[in-house]
Amino acid sequence: MSAVVKLEDIHRIYDSGEVKVHAVRGVSLELHKGEFMAVMGASGSGKSTLMNTLGCLDRPTSGRYLLDGVDIAGLDRNELADLRNEKLGFVFQGFNLLSRTTALENVELPMLYGRRRISHRDMQERAEHCLEIVGLAARADHFPSQLSGGQQQRVAIARALVNNPQVLLADEPTGNLDSKTAVEVMGVFQKLNEQGITIVMVTHELDIAHYCRRNLIMRDGKVVSDVQVTDRLSADDELRKLHAAEAAAKLTA
Amino acid sequence: MRLRSTLTVSFRALRRNVLRSLLTALGIIVGVGAVIAMVSIGNGAKSVVEAQIASLGENVLLVFSGSFNQGGARSGAFGAGTLTVEDAEAIKREVTTVIGVSPEVRSSAQILANGLNWSTQILGEGADYLTIRVWPLSDGVMFSEADVRSVGKVCVIGQTIATQLFPDGSAVGQVLRIKAQPFKVVGVLAAKGLSVQGQDQDDLVIVPYTSAMRRVSKQTMLRSISVQASSPDTMTLAQNDIVALLRQRHRTAEGSDDFTVRSQVEIAQAATATADTMTGLLGAVAGVSLIVGGIGIMNIMLVSVTERTREIGIRLAVGAHGREIQLQFLTESIVLSVLGGTIGILAGIGASELVSHLKGWPTLVSPTAVVVAFFFSAAVGMIFGYYPARKASLLDPIDALRYE
Repeated sequence: MSAVVKLEDIHRIYDSGEVKVHAVRGVSLELHKGEFMAVMGASGSGKSTLMNTLGCLDRPTSGRYLLDGVDIAGLDRNELADLRNEKLGFVFQGFNLLSRTTALENVELPMLYGRRRISHRDMQERAEHCLEIVGLAARADHFPSQLSGGQQQRVAIARALVNNPQVLLADEPTGNLDSKTAVEVMGVFQKLNEQGITIVMVTHELDIAHYCRRNLIMRDGKVVSDVQVTDRLSADDELRKLHAAEAAAKLTA
Repeated sequence: MRLRSTLTVSFRALRRNVLRSLLTALGIIVGVGAVIAMVSIGNGAKSVVEAQIASLGENVLLVFSGSFNQGGARSGAFGAGTLTVEDAEAIKREVTTVIGVSPEVRSSAQILANGLNWSTQILGEGADYLTIRVWPLSDGVMFSEADVRSVGKVCVIGQTIATQLFPDGSAVGQVLRIKAQPFKVVGVLAAKGLSVQGQDQDDLVIVPYTSAMRRVSKQTMLRSISVQASSPDTMTLAQNDIVALLRQRHRTAEGSDDFTVRSQVEIAQAATATADTMTGLLGAVAGVSLIVGGIGIMNIMLVSVTERTREIGIRLAVGAHGREIQLQFLTESIVLSVLGGTIGILAGIGASELVSHLKGWPTLVSPTAVVVAFFFSAAVGMIFGYYPARKASLLDPIDALRYE
């Protein structure tokens, strides 16, 4: 099976006048369809830069990046935007939903910028379908301020899914959530991954990384460890345990 | 570029902040409203002047007897009657483009009727006078050419005279006395109201000029001659012919004429020039407020771009092109200004209605001003929205997403 993402000796040097920061120093990796990878590392390890590169938000200083067989080196700003629109889905730490805009309209957003014409009705149907996948169909007309953190992040995931991306990129998706909600969100990711969606997420929480299939650890701009997760956690099991523990706590209290 | 999506996005953005959108548009609303109201008021004033000018008659040329120079002493305008009845007859006879001529003499007199008396102006005119002035009668008829030739003791009176001297019932057929001579009232003029100068135009008695000269004031010369040209196109021709004819008859050279020929057009131009200046001034002042409104839009759009940096980052991340971001913000500012323009037009029309209602000033909403104000407000949105929109479109998605 050919790789969805292929990085070959990627370097990224930030040149801010006198100081040159070598954020990524030669990363090569392949990501196949259906993978679920966690990128970990201390701050300054280059994981954010790597994510920006994977997300076609930034171009590597040197090295080759093939996304779904397309070399991004020759693409201009607009072509990169189109690539992001068609092949990538983004989930951010801070949810980044448009305030005073309903969940449904937030999910519709990427379709508004798609190169293909989609009728208003189709747009709405697809957005509703994606909200259903993340279990928020009933909250379609709620505003972000009326939703909990976990619900907001699920809206963001629905938004990332709406254009059927090749890869879902999540930048610390559980960073702003409490542990139980974080497990719920991981449950959504696991379910999507089981349906064949490729996911890359940045996290610095080791237990969250355990819900993924593959763990990549970076230090000083290099990959220092790239392993398959053996003792993978299931979000469903963990949630069940949490519920049981809560129930027990109430019983004994 | 998908215009509909961009419009959707822009409208959603504006709807998210209705109060701010309205406040932003307020600058334009006030600006456009002021332009419309000011121009309406200015135009109203102008229309009054124009109506007055039109009341002079149709295609009218006025020949005034001018100043004359006798041994170095110059008289003022109308100082000498330099025009004669023969001049008037010559004009009628020899200038082919003229269809009506009315010699005029004026004097004032105390008139009596029904035991009442009234001091008024006596106009001696030809039988064509009312036709030339397009002045209808409300009752009776105009005296005839025969009355003129026979130095008839007939008269046509204005509405003011009719109310002052004949308060009970019809004046036609009644007799009034001018300088102890009885004149029979044959017609009553339709009311004309006040002139631009505030004179009562209905306070007059018109008698045949022959009667005025021989029976009333014993004048031998004419004050002026009203001439009607056959059409607007022949006015200049008629004017030139009259000048040439009178120069020949009076043996005067160019520059030392003892008469003046004015066309209605010239008089109208002079009178409306003031009104035009007024309208222009009012419009310019209001226009400045439109510019201020535009700057208001620019200010809010700049704030909006900064405030929505993250939103722009999200849009860029999910695949928006810079141009689409630019178009979105440009559309927002144009929608704001056009919305403001539309409300402003309505407000301006409302304001001018209110002014004419409360102050009694005539106002006239100018369709040109409405159209110009509308497009000007759209242009204001485009011009003042461009820079903020451009700024938004050039943001880097990574920086924009990280913006706090």
